Amino acid sequence: MEEAQIYARLGEVFHDVFDDDSIRVAPDLSAKDVDGWDSLTHIRLILTVEKAFKIRFSTAEVGKLQKVGDLVELIKSRV
Amino acid sequence: MNSLYGELQWLPRAPKDFAERLKAASGAGAANGSPGRELQALANYALDLNRLMKLAKVIEKARAGGADLHPLVPFRLAVLSNATVDLLTPALLASGARHGIALEVVQPSYDQVAQEALTPDSKVNSSKPDAVLFAIDFRALPLRLSLGDAETAAATVEGVMGYLQALRNGVKANSSALCIFQTFAPPAETIFGSLDRALPGTMRFLIDAVNRALAENALQSGDVLLDVAGLAETVGLADWHNPLLWNMAKFPFSDQFMPLYADHVARTVAAIRGKSRKALILDLDNTVWGGVIGDDGLEGIKIAQGDATGEAHLAVQRLALDLRQRGVVLAVSSKNTDEVARTPFEKHPEMLLKLDHIAVFQANWNDKATNIQAIAEELSLGLDAMVFLDDNPVERGLVRQLLPQVAVPELPEDPAYYARTLAAAGYFESVAFAAEDLKRAGFYQDNAKRVTLRNRAGGVEAYLASLDMTITFQPFDATGRARIVQLINKSNQYNLTTRRYADPEVEEAENDPEVFTLQVRLADIFGDNGMISVVICRLNGQGEWEIDTWLMSCRVLGRKVEHMVLGEMLRHARSAGIRRLIGTYKPTERNKLVIDHYEKLGFKKVAEDATGMTRWEMDVESANPHEAPMKVVSTGFAVQERSPA
Repeated sequence: MEEAQIYARLGEVFHDVFDDDSIRVAPDLSAKDVDGWDSLTHIRLILTVEKAFKIRFSTAEVGKLQKVGDLVELIKSRV
Repeated sequence: MNSLYGELQWLPRAPKDFAERLKAASGAGAANGSPGRELQALANYALDLNRLMKLAKVIEKARAGGADLHPLVPFRLAVLSNATVDLLTPALLASGARHGIALEVVQPSYDQVAQEALTPDSKVNSSKPDAVLFAIDFRALPLRLSLGDAETAAATVEGVMGYLQALRNGVKANSSALCIFQTFAPPAETIFGSLDRALPGTMRFLIDAVNRALAENALQSGDVLLDVAGLAETVGLADWHNPLLWNMAKFPFSDQFMPLYADHVARTVAAIRGKSRKALILDLDNTVWGGVIGDDGLEGIKIAQGDATGEAHLAVQRLALDLRQRGVVLAVSSKNTDEVARTPFEKHPEMLLKLDHIAVFQANWNDKATNIQAIAEELSLGLDAMVFLDDNPVERGLVRQLLPQVAVPELPEDPAYYARTLAAAGYFESVAFAAEDLKRAGFYQDNAKRVTLRNRAGGVEAYLASLDMTITFQPFDATGRARIVQLINKSNQYNLTTRRYADPEVEEAENDPEVFTLQVRLADIFGDNGMISVVICRLNGQGEWEIDTWLMSCRVLGRKVEHMVLGEMLRHARSAGIRRLIGTYKPTERNKLVIDHYEKLGFKKVAEDATGMTRWEMDVESANPHEAPMKVVSTGFAVQERSPA
C-alpha cells in the first residue's frame, strides 16, 4: 500500500476515534498533541487501526509506538 | 468469528447519514421537544464501539441539558468490576436507548468491587442505583486449584459463593438496588484436556460449579442472572478471551464483543422494566415455508423434513412454537388470499404451526404496516411489543419506516440461519418465569382471528418512492426465454388468462411480427428482483391488440408495476397505429386476485359470460394511465412502422 493511501485511511481512523474532523495526521503527531488521547483512547485507536487495515499488532509492537510516523512504518511493513 | 453475534447482524447497518443525524439530534437539545425517539432510532442500528461512544456522548449531553428523554425510561445502573470497563460504559448507555431505556451508568474507580459494595457511603451505594451489575470475571474470585480433591473443591466453591453473597448483602443493606450477577466464562486453556471438566478442583470444574450455584440462587433470591458464560460459549471462549488486551489494559474480554455484551446488559435492564416484546408476527412465504403458496401450491412449498430448505423453515416454525409455549403470542401477516394462506396450516402434513397456534391471521393484499397496526390493536398490545419476521427486505423496510416501534430483524440470505438470527436478537429476553406465562398465549383465544382493516397506515407511497425503483422493458429474446417460459407456466395468482406455453411457442412469439411481447424486470434499492412480469399481445383483424397473456409476480404487488406496464404497452401501441387494447379475464381457482385488474387500470367492461369470463377494452388514443415514481428503461425494441389492417 502506498504511504499516501496509508495516511489517508489513517486520517479517517483518527477522525472516527477522536470524533474530530480537524485532526491533521502528520508523522510527528503524538498523544501530547491531541485532546483526549489518553491510554484508553490509545487502545481504541490501535483496535480501530487494526480493523481498518485488517492487520494485527503484537504487544511488543504496540509498546514501541511513540508517534504517528512509527505507526505508519508498522502498517507499511504489514500491508 | 461468527459475525452474527459480534456484529449484531439482526440490526440493520447504520445509514450513510448517521453522523449528520447524530449531529442534528445533538443540536436539538432541550429546546426541541423530545429527542428520545430519535436517539432510540439512532441506536437501532448495528453500531461499533466508536459509534456507540459518539451516540452515548449525545445522550449524555441531552440529559445534562435537562432534556426530557421520553419515551425512554430512566434507569440507574452501577457497574462494579475488577477489570477495565471504561469503554463499556458508553456502549451500555447507547445500547440502553436501543431497548427504550435512558440509562445512567455509575462507574466507580477501577477494581474497587468489594470496597464499593461493602462501604455504606461508597460512590455506588450513595448513588442509590436501580441495579448493581457485578461485572466481575473469574480472575476476581478466590479460586484455588485442588486437583482431584472433591472436598476442598466444594469448600472453594462455597467460599466463592460466600464472597458473592457478602457483596450482595453489602449492596442490599445500603440501597434497595437489584443485584445482577454474571456467570463466569472459564479460561480457554485447560491443564489436562477433557479431564478438566470431570476432575474436581480444576479451574473448569470450579467455575462450572460456581455458575451452577449462581443459577440456582438466582431463581430463589430474586437476583438477576446475566449469563456471560453462555454468551462466551456461544461466540467461542477462544474469541471471547483476549490475552493481549487483558495484559495491556485489563480488558475483561475482547473488544469485538463489547457491543454484544452491552446489548445483552441493555436487554436485561429492559426486561427488568417490563419492556421485553410479547408478540411475534410471521410472514408466510419464504419465511415459514420455502416458496410461495399462491404459485407453488401445497405440493410445491418446501416444509418437508429431508429437504434442506424445508428443514430451515421448519426450524423457524419450531422456534415460534417454543416461544409460544413460554407466553409469546403468534400472529400472521401475509400478502396472500386468506383461504390460500390458510391451506398449508389446514392441510399440509409437515406443518408444525396450526391455525390454533395463531391468535390473529391477516392474509390480504393490503400493506403490512396497516395489518400490523390492526394486529396490535386486536391483541391490545403496543407496537413496541411486536416483532415482525419477514424474508423480504422491501417489507422489512416499509414496516421499519412506518412503524418504527416494531422490531424487525434483518435476515441473512440463507434461511438456514433465520431461526438463529431471530433467537440471537433477544427480543423476548426475560428475567422471571411464572406459571401464568405458559398460559398467556392461550388467553388470546388462538382462533386465527381475521381483523377488518380500518385505519390505513400513512406513508406507504412515500416509502415506495424512496425505493429508487427501475423498471426495464424488453421484447422477448433468447436470453430471457427460459425465465419467460418458467413464469408463464408457474404463475397462478396474478395471471389473467393462465395460458401455458412451452419453449417453442414462446420462441414463435419472439419472432412473429404480429405479436407484441414484453419481459419486465424490476430493480430497487435492495437489489434486482429479476423478471417479474410477462405480456403477450396479438394483432387481430381490426387493428387491435388482444392481450393474450398478462402475468406478474405477486412479490411486486402494490408498487404500481401493472400501471407502468400498461403505460409501456400504450406507447408501443400508439407508434404501431393500434386503436384499441382488448383484455380478457379468465377465472380459475387461483386467480381471483385479478378479477378487477382491468377495471383498476381504467379499461371498460364490454362483455361477461356465465363462467365469469370478462372482456375489457381501452381506447389507445385517449388512454391516460397512472405513472409511478420509477425510472423506466425501454430497450431492444425494433422501430415499428406498420399501418393497421
